[in-house]
Amino acid sequence: MRIGLKQWFASGLPWIWLNGAAVSINVIMVVGVLSLIAVRGLGHFWPAPILEAQVQGQQQTTSLIGSIVDDELVSAEQLRGSGVVLPASQEAAKRLLIKTGNRDVTRADFVWVLEQTLSQITYPQELMTLERREWGNFYGRLVAIKQAGLVIADREKQDDQVIWQLMLKRVERSLSIYDDIQDIEKGAIGEINYGMERLRLQKRGLELKNQLTPALEAALDLERGQLDKRYAGLQQKLIDLYTAFERDSLVAETMSGKQIEINLAKVVRAFRPNAMSGLDKISFYGSKIWEFVSTEPREANTEGGVYPAIFGTVLMVLLMSVMVTPIGVVAAVYLREYARQGLITRIIRIAVNNLAGVPSIVYGVFGLGFFIYFLGGNIDELFFAAAAPAPTFGTPGLLWASLTLALLTVPVVIVATEEGLSRIPRAVREGSLALGATKSETLWRVVLPMASPAIMTGVILAVARAAGEVAPLMLVGVVKLAPSLPLDGNYPYLHLDQKFMHLGFHIYDVGFQSPNVEAARPLVYATAFLLVLVIALLNLSAVAIRNRLREKYKALES
Amino acid sequence: MRVDKMDTERKTNFSLAINAPQGLSLEQERIAVEVSGLNLYYGGKRALNSVNMQIPRNRVTAFIGPSGCGKSTLLRCFNRMNDLVDSCNIDGQITLDKENIYAKGVDVAELRRRVGMVFQKPNPFPKSIFENVAYGLRIQGIKKKRLINETVEWALKSAALWDEVKDRLHESALGMSGGQQQRLVIARTIAVKPEILLLDEPASSLDPISTLKIEELIHELKKDFTIVIVTHNMQQAARVSDYTAFMYMGDLIEFGTTDQLFTNPVQKQTEDYITGRYG
Repeated sequence: MRIGLKQWFASGLPWIWLNGAAVSINVIMVVGVLSLIAVRGLGHFWPAPILEAQVQGQQQTTSLIGSIVDDELVSAEQLRGSGVVLPASQEAAKRLLIKTGNRDVTRADFVWVLEQTLSQITYPQELMTLERREWGNFYGRLVAIKQAGLVIADREKQDDQVIWQLMLKRVERSLSIYDDIQDIEKGAIGEINYGMERLRLQKRGLELKNQLTPALEAALDLERGQLDKRYAGLQQKLIDLYTAFERDSLVAETMSGKQIEINLAKVVRAFRPNAMSGLDKISFYGSKIWEFVSTEPREANTEGGVYPAIFGTVLMVLLMSVMVTPIGVVAAVYLREYARQGLITRIIRIAVNNLAGVPSIVYGVFGLGFFIYFLGGNIDELFFAAAAPAPTFGTPGLLWASLTLALLTVPVVIVATEEGLSRIPRAVREGSLALGATKSETLWRVVLPMASPAIMTGVILAVARAAGEVAPLMLVGVVKLAPSLPLDGNYPYLHLDQKFMHLGFHIYDVGFQSPNVEAARPLVYATAFLLVLVIALLNLSAVAIRNRLREKYKALES
Repeated sequence: MRVDKMDTERKTNFSLAINAPQGLSLEQERIAVEVSGLNLYYGGKRALNSVNMQIPRNRVTAFIGPSGCGKSTLLRCFNRMNDLVDSCNIDGQITLDKENIYAKGVDVAELRRRVGMVFQKPNPFPKSIFENVAYGLRIQGIKKKRLINETVEWALKSAALWDEVKDRLHESALGMSGGQQQRLVIARTIAVKPEILLLDEPASSLDPISTLKIEELIHELKKDFTIVIVTHNMQQAARVSDYTAFMYMGDLIEFGTTDQLFTNPVQKQTEDYITGRYG
């Protein structure tokens, strides 16, 4: 029997289909976004094969070495318009984006070529990629190795593998020297600089208070002298290290046959992707990913890792949570437990809810105007006069960024906490009161512990919102490149006044402020993926805490 | 036919087993709480009409009456639980040891320590069994471990719960059965050594066996405490109480020994209620 349209509607089946469709669309979008950034971002670290080919130009044929990054189909008409000669019958041509590197030689490290102009495509084993501290990647052939300007290995005389292995060893050596240099520069010298700055501030502070006696001054100068002496010693050590560091260099041949000399001090990594086995590639991939999450960025953030940004993001979110939780909970407790429910509390609730809808950049402006210029300015005047005119807290920094985001997310915590408080069974409160507990004792010992899962829910939402926020941070503390982490071994260890790096801002900076857009693009995806991962991890840990609390304070079956 | 049948049922209901000792009389009792001229209003609505009564010390006094008659409300006046209701106003007075508990400057927390209360539904805190019983002690600022341990053990023993829980004192109280939870709540309440124990339908959400245990417990506890129990179960009132008050529509209709009230009620309303004509 046929079912009429009307009965079909009445059966509710269309609604089920509609709901199912809505859910599927959501799932597809989420999975789509994640897989796009994951594939684009994570693919970047895979060692791409290097091709060598002849490019048929208008006048002559040139050779090309590089790896394919992207391709697209372009209409023939458009190509003809830009002066490319194509057969009349052809309607479209495939264009390849090839990363040729060698920015120091060719000025551009990416070229577009038409696939059909390529011929004699080969993947020679001996082609190598050098990742360098400047000028981006180098692609080409290894010719010779020099030590202190003298050739010690040459492809004319030695077997290619022998030179290659020799070079890898030398690269390893220079990298280990580089680590030592970093240790001294960032560690010991950083510490001395910090000590010097403290001495300077101490002296200036005493001067301002007119308490600088010659005896004190002499003592400070003595300390300073000691630091200077230590610095001089380190300086000498550094000079020696740098000499050793820059001892070796290599000679390499580019695709045009030109030979250039590259100091090994500039090489971060050397590898021959075409000669790699599958296993090699996987281990290479792992080490690239590790480099990405554990090292500092190079070359205007387009190369290297994002460790300082991960660190900054996590630290800022943690500080934000530490600030927002007490503020939100105290406010919610007052609103729900103590304030008389009436027009005023209703208005306050509406205001709090609306606060959650204020665009975040507005909070950024507020943070800049109130926290930094007003509060920070006054704090500087009162406590950090010695450092003037350089601002200490009167400038964007970690503390103000966390505080601004805490302000941004406090409505969420208030609403969630209030919700939780209202769900605590009356019977339990009365049970406590009937035992002679006062209201505040009941609150602290019974009600708040029971509401803690709800409070955690609020914190989870707050973390989710704060970790992804970029706009206000640009005004109150985030920078493109922070010279040091805000947490280190120098007293007071956590430097709340320092500026920091943030993954969200890093995406913006790498993607849109970078001088080398093509090189930076994969990093945008990779960083985006990482940001999602970091937020998910932060959230998951908060959820885990909440579930533990929930288990502990399981609500009474009502 | 049907009416007849119900009538016989009611008749059987009426054969109550009265457990109270014979020959009690209010005149010979020491009085723990005295209620005089107590009126209570919820907003504009009057819920208690000039109630006067005396609660004898170390006896079990039961409040019976149909739903909404004000028996729970009256009970909650004894430890000022009604203060928590914003719209509630009270006049008249209740004296505990000759002191008006509604006088100005009375420490309500201290009053509630002296007048403990057990609620209709078991309401253990989401803490361990031990911490539940120790709660009242900790609130009082008692820190001595030995004293707390001893008191908890004494309270649990008094509540006839010790043998069942002594091996799992530090497990969550929420894992216990309803009857055990209610006895835990009683243990928690007597741990602070109150003078008076208010029981607001303590067995209404429990199964018959748990109910029996609670009733036995009430019998034991009256040696040490003055007990006031609200119940909608007349058999229960008859089984556990020495004195019974019958309330109706906010009025105290009749108050006397359980024996007298159930076998020989003075008021017509009381008789109607206990024979099951309404309520």
